[in-house]
Amino acid sequence: MNPKFATASDTVIEFRDVTYRLNGSAARAIVSHISFSVARGETLVLLGRSGSGKTTLLRLVNRMLAPSSGEILVNSNATTQSNPIQLRRGIGYVIQEGGLFPHFTVSQNISLVPTLANWSPADRAKRLREMMQLVGLDFASFAERYPRELSGGQRQRVGVARALAADPPILLMDEPFGALDPVTRSELQKEFQALAARLKKTILFVTHDLREALLLGSRIALLQEGQLVALTTPAEFLRLDQPEARAFASSLNLSSGAPQ
Amino acid sequence: MSAWQFFLSHREEIIEATLAHLSLVLLSMLIAIAIAIPLGMLAIHHRGIRALALAAANIFQTIPSLALFGFLIPLPFLGGIGRRTAIVALVLYALLPILRNTYVGLTSIDPAVLEAAEAMGMTNSQILFRVRFPLALSIILAGIRTATVITIGVATIAAAIGAGGLGTFIFRGVAMVSDAVILAGAIPAALLALLADLLLGQLERRLRVT
Repeated sequence: MNPKFATASDTVIEFRDVTYRLNGSAARAIVSHISFSVARGETLVLLGRSGSGKTTLLRLVNRMLAPSSGEILVNSNATTQSNPIQLRRGIGYVIQEGGLFPHFTVSQNISLVPTLANWSPADRAKRLREMMQLVGLDFASFAERYPRELSGGQRQRVGVARALAADPPILLMDEPFGALDPVTRSELQKEFQALAARLKKTILFVTHDLREALLLGSRIALLQEGQLVALTTPAEFLRLDQPEARAFASSLNLSSGAPQ
Repeated sequence: MSAWQFFLSHREEIIEATLAHLSLVLLSMLIAIAIAIPLGMLAIHHRGIRALALAAANIFQTIPSLALFGFLIPLPFLGGIGRRTAIVALVLYALLPILRNTYVGLTSIDPAVLEAAEAMGMTNSQILFRVRFPLALSIILAGIRTATVITIGVATIAAAIGAGGLGTFIFRGVAMVSDAVILAGAIPAALLALLADLLLGQLERRLRVT
């Protein structure tokens, strides 16, 4: 097989010189001149402070936002050329606190995309059980519960199951574990790490927590005020000289400092 | 003659007026709901409709009810003497609380839920009917409850333009300076309002999603 061809098909998401401004060209750019690509099966972590533009990049991928200039390719197709509804149904999305539908039970939440895609009831039921097992929720005790009857960690598990239900090749995750207590967060991060390795999804993961980025990312993209200032592996990240990367690295030292 | 004696001797007439009153209110409410809820849905995505509808509904609510009945009488088609004019006026009064609550309910959904719905690939109409509307239902119902209680009260004034109902007793009682006759209209109207408030309140609590 032509190796050049193989490389091209291994790129699942590609940003080409993407700039996004809030309504109109006069406004300050939220992200500017961003270019990078995400390979199949990779977990690329978008790291940055609040307001650095991480979430904006995520929302550009599934066309919840349209670029002001440049283009984003998903499976080699420009997002602006594709039907946003079809595009989104092929991309799983997990947000902080889950964003579960409060009037749906756990099983209705998880089965949402299969329902929208008109799967047969039998296929939906089968997939529901698989997904609940995948994220470690007992079917008998959780399927008919409402989100308000779950703990934060359980809600987040449902959020992940819902995003994976229609087996999308791409997963977008916006600080999925940000609202959890440290113990639960650490548990879910480890489970997710195993899950990601097994499922081989292409994942874009937003966080402001370097520790999480180092644990989960195959590469880390560092954003600062809408600019991509570094893109490297976790191992290399701690050796970077870039000031913002240093700032993140020193936050790690502080928070892991020995107790007095 | 005591009020109680008047009640007993005019029992059938009072029941008949109560039923007429109830049908006036129910019909007006159904029409108002059928107008206000779709209008509230349209208002989410259309700024023009939102401004116009809320302003218009606000204005109708500020017109004193007796004056509104008076204004409607000379109008062709909608106006004249009788039930039809009364229903038009009652509908105009009931619109605002339902419209406002529909709009507020549909737009006060947790942004994370709407973001998830959009990201899952739901279309705008799927988001409206499967997410926004079910979550707004108890707030919309609270608007319907307010409007119903108002309408039961305002409908007594509709007797002034010959629409019948419990107001007939009230106006007759005022003219006769008879408390007993006034109470024959006022007490059933108050009971209807309380009952409607109670029943709709219960339904509202049952539909609440937290």
